[in-house]
Amino acid sequence: MGIIETRHLTHDYQKIDEDGKTQVSCRAVDDVDLDVSPGQFIAILGHNGSGKSTLAKHLNAILLPTQGTVYVDGLDTRDAEKLDAIRQRAGMVFQNPDNQIIGTVVEEDVAFGPENMGVSPREIEQRVEASLKTVDMWEYRKHSPNRLSGGQKQRVAIAGVVAMEPMCIVLDEPTAMLDPVGRKEVIRAAQKLNREKQVTIILITHYMEEVIEADRVIVMDQGKILMQGTPREIFSRVEELKAHRLDVPQVTMLAHELRKSGLPIPEGILTVEELADAISPLVNHTESKKG
Amino acid sequence: MSIKIEHLNYIYSQGTAYEKQALTDINLELPDGQFAGVIGHTGSGKSTLIQHLNGLIKATEGTVYYNGENIYAENYVMKDLRSRVGLVFQYPEYQLFEVDVFTDVCFGPKNLGLPKEEVEKRAYEALRQVGLKEKYFKKSPFELSGGQKRRAAIAGILAMQPEVLILDEPTAGLDPRGRDDILEQIARLHAERGITVVLVSHSMEDIAKYVERIIVMEKGRVRFDDTPKKVFEHDRELEQIGLAAPQVTYVMRELKNRGMDVDLCATTIDEAKQSILRCMAGRG
Repeated sequence: MGIIETRHLTHDYQKIDEDGKTQVSCRAVDDVDLDVSPGQFIAILGHNGSGKSTLAKHLNAILLPTQGTVYVDGLDTRDAEKLDAIRQRAGMVFQNPDNQIIGTVVEEDVAFGPENMGVSPREIEQRVEASLKTVDMWEYRKHSPNRLSGGQKQRVAIAGVVAMEPMCIVLDEPTAMLDPVGRKEVIRAAQKLNREKQVTIILITHYMEEVIEADRVIVMDQGKILMQGTPREIFSRVEELKAHRLDVPQVTMLAHELRKSGLPIPEGILTVEELADAISPLVNHTESKKG
Repeated sequence: MSIKIEHLNYIYSQGTAYEKQALTDINLELPDGQFAGVIGHTGSGKSTLIQHLNGLIKATEGTVYYNGENIYAENYVMKDLRSRVGLVFQYPEYQLFEVDVFTDVCFGPKNLGLPKEEVEKRAYEALRQVGLKEKYFKKSPFELSGGQKRRAAIAGILAMQPEVLILDEPTAGLDPRGRDDILEQIARLHAERGITVVLVSHSMEDIAKYVERIIVMEKGRVRFDDTPKKVFEHDRELEQIGLAAPQVTYVMRELKNRGMDVDLCATTIDEAKQSILRCMAGRG
């Protein structure tokens, strides 16, 4: 069974005027079926307003469906009695590193989640240590969060979720406000959790280089799933991505352009190595002809 | 006409326990009409540097000249400088505060003491320049999307009609479409009005695409200051200071390593493509 299943998930935002009447209703997520198996690394792409954050917020019952159903490890998110169980299974990390840290010391912040779950003090200690080590922030355990860099703060936020030992972590643009180094640190932490602890990761991002190692990429547009597949399948559809003004990694774009110019280069090139591998035999071939 | 910085040093919280040298011996000249990029790791001093350019921060040592005048001179009118050198902060949308977008954009020119008619004319023009449609003018800034808010905030600076426009990571946190829109509009402003633009960015791909000069900051000093091509030749050193060259530069390097005679200076997709095709044609 999947860790996350949505069936015909639809969500409408309503704008309510001063008299409490609905003025406008806007469909943010439109009939989405999503299945995520345990241990997968899923990346969700899409523009602002494409519905990806709204979708994400359904995965730990911050939002409830207007229509359709969301199951987290088989639990229906509309079942209010299961709310704690759902949030323990699916943790969430948000975009702004300054909005999600509450403790005055790093280790206290990480302990907050398990404390609220009623975990014993000794186990809290163990969990705090393990999760801070996973995100490489153990040496900062006694620091004040407000003096950390953005990437470090985000990793503390991830540790806080990890300490609750969730099966699944949803990261909603965790790197959007970070510099390139901070971005890499956060993505590396998510990949490590996925590989070493088999935590299911759902990563929402605008940065293409962050999705090329995902098991599956989902592209959202106007509340619907526009494309779905492996990174290679998705990035083979350059023209479609461009038509929706989505980014394509520079190396994929260059490969695509060369292909359009007549060079026999396959679509879906994702790394510098792959492109070089595709180009260099062509040169050797022409050289040998000449010789 | 230019901005000139001579032997600039800046120390934060001088004389306290938190004293920190943020900038060390900076010497730069920004000629009129240049499109320059400033890159550097977080904490390298980029933001501190640009806040000197319109006098928001006063140098601990050294001098800043605007059009040949020392801005620290006793009789220098700082207010004048701030209307000529427009600074768009990071996340400028946090500074939107008026009841509607149009009024917000009017705030700057109004404070310059311009007549109402001129203020509104400038506000219209600025909003048009950033590509914000008229239907948003009377909306509360908080009803706009992230990219629209950002554009409204930039319009607020443009309405002052600055001679120099400095933008501190104007595309941070935006989606690819919002990012491209804003950068294209800035490039167009630079081309059409000839204003000097200083763009602070983390994205090497963006920088490579738009600017004619890159200033690389590291630990409060200028590490490199040259054309993008020359700067990106130092890809190893850039990596050591937490930066990187654009991805295509690495493709070219790899091809060169494999014996192809490609142009190592290619920094954009188009340049790389031309060079690879030329190389193929030459050999075939």
